[in-house]
Amino acid sequence: MKKVVLVVVGVLVLLVAVSGCGYNGLIKMDEDVKTKWAQVETQYQRRSDLIPNLVSTVKGAAKFEQTTLTQVIEARSKASQITIDPDKLTEENMQKYQAAQGQLSQALGKLMVLTENYPELKATQQFSELSAQLEGTENRIAVSRKDFNESVQTYNTKVRSFPNNLTAGIFGFSQKAAFKAEAGSQNAPKVEF
Amino acid sequence: MKKLLIALFLISSSYAGFAQDFPAKPSTLVNDYTNTLSTAQKQQLEQKLITFGDSSSTQIAIAIVKTVGDYDINEYALGLGRKWGVGQAGKNNGIMIVVALGDRKISIQTGYGVEGVLPDIYAKRIIENDIKPAFKAGNYYQGLEDGTTSIIKYTRGEYKNEAPKSKNNKGGGIGSIVILIVIIAVIVALIKRGGGGGGGQVIGGRGVSNALFLGMLLGSGRSSGGGWGGGGSSAGGFGGFGGGSFGGGGSSGSW
Repeated sequence: MKKVVLVVVGVLVLLVAVSGCGYNGLIKMDEDVKTKWAQVETQYQRRSDLIPNLVSTVKGAAKFEQTTLTQVIEARSKASQITIDPDKLTEENMQKYQAAQGQLSQALGKLMVLTENYPELKATQQFSELSAQLEGTENRIAVSRKDFNESVQTYNTKVRSFPNNLTAGIFGFSQKAAFKAEAGSQNAPKVEF
Repeated sequence: MKKLLIALFLISSSYAGFAQDFPAKPSTLVNDYTNTLSTAQKQQLEQKLITFGDSSSTQIAIAIVKTVGDYDINEYALGLGRKWGVGQAGKNNGIMIVVALGDRKISIQTGYGVEGVLPDIYAKRIIENDIKPAFKAGNYYQGLEDGTTSIIKYTRGEYKNEAPKSKNNKGGGIGSIVILIVIIAVIVALIKRGGGGGGGQVIGGRGVSNALFLGMLLGSGRSSGGGWGGGGSSAGGFGGFGGGSFGGGGSSGSW
């Protein structure tokens, strides 16, 4: 009987100690990062879903841009192969993901710039609606990335500060990687929709 | 000391600079920071948007600024919409329209909850067909008037205002609470009186204090009732932003 009481008291003390060290807070933030990550992937998926339609629309009007179209299709298929398990948001995985999506962004940007040479294509209802959708999607991607980065930053600060760093060490909460500002993104051609 | 003062000045001025980027949360839906619209036009737009907001709980906010500076127009509109909390908290049914006159750019940002009824394509169409032609002619009021009419047309019926503000409702709530307290007070008084059975003077004293107590209650009830009445009497006014959020949906254009 005495043993049972001791165990119960011990468990209670442990619980208090653990929650005092921010375990619950860490869990909550970890979940928040995952939710925000899911949002990022959803928005990138949304872009990916738009591409086949865009390609087929452009194909008809701009027959001579086959190389660019192929680049977009290839970049898309590469990008869609890379997904990250939300439990493994490591620096390395993140880099791969960002590189693949960045390549697709570049190919798409190039395609949109080329369409400037085809006024009759730009005048079509279908193309103008697709580009409106693409614009909205790029915005959503930017927003979800920013929200994700903020969430990761809050989480990382928590994981690294005392005494949470002890709790984090015991329960295996490691720092998570965020999106880096795209190298040379300032020099990238600005796409006007 | 001088250095400290300079440092303080720099800090405060940098804050001021930040504040200039995103105007503080206003108490109106139509906010013209450039004095482009006339007072009558502003009021007319405001009234139209308030009426729509009252019936649908969907909030359409307008900000006319000089420039968005280094921001992308969509980014700016999203930041402003989030900062002000346009739309209701659970529904995220806010629409933020930002017009940057100096940049000749406009953005319509849709909250998560209205992306369904007002997809990016519709936002684009509204900008292209309703707003741009008028803006090109320098007729900013007409553009906003037609644009918001189209937005209302698309979003009407998606949400209902489940908590319409009405003087009677709120007054009733307070009134019933007052009545309840009065009833309880009377019952307590009666029980005490019944159980007491002491000298008449004591009872009388108690009676007076009870009456005072009741008077205070009623008084406070009345004054708070007046407060609510005050809120209700400006029934045509804007009740404040609801705390909705945005995810980057919408469209933009330049004229």
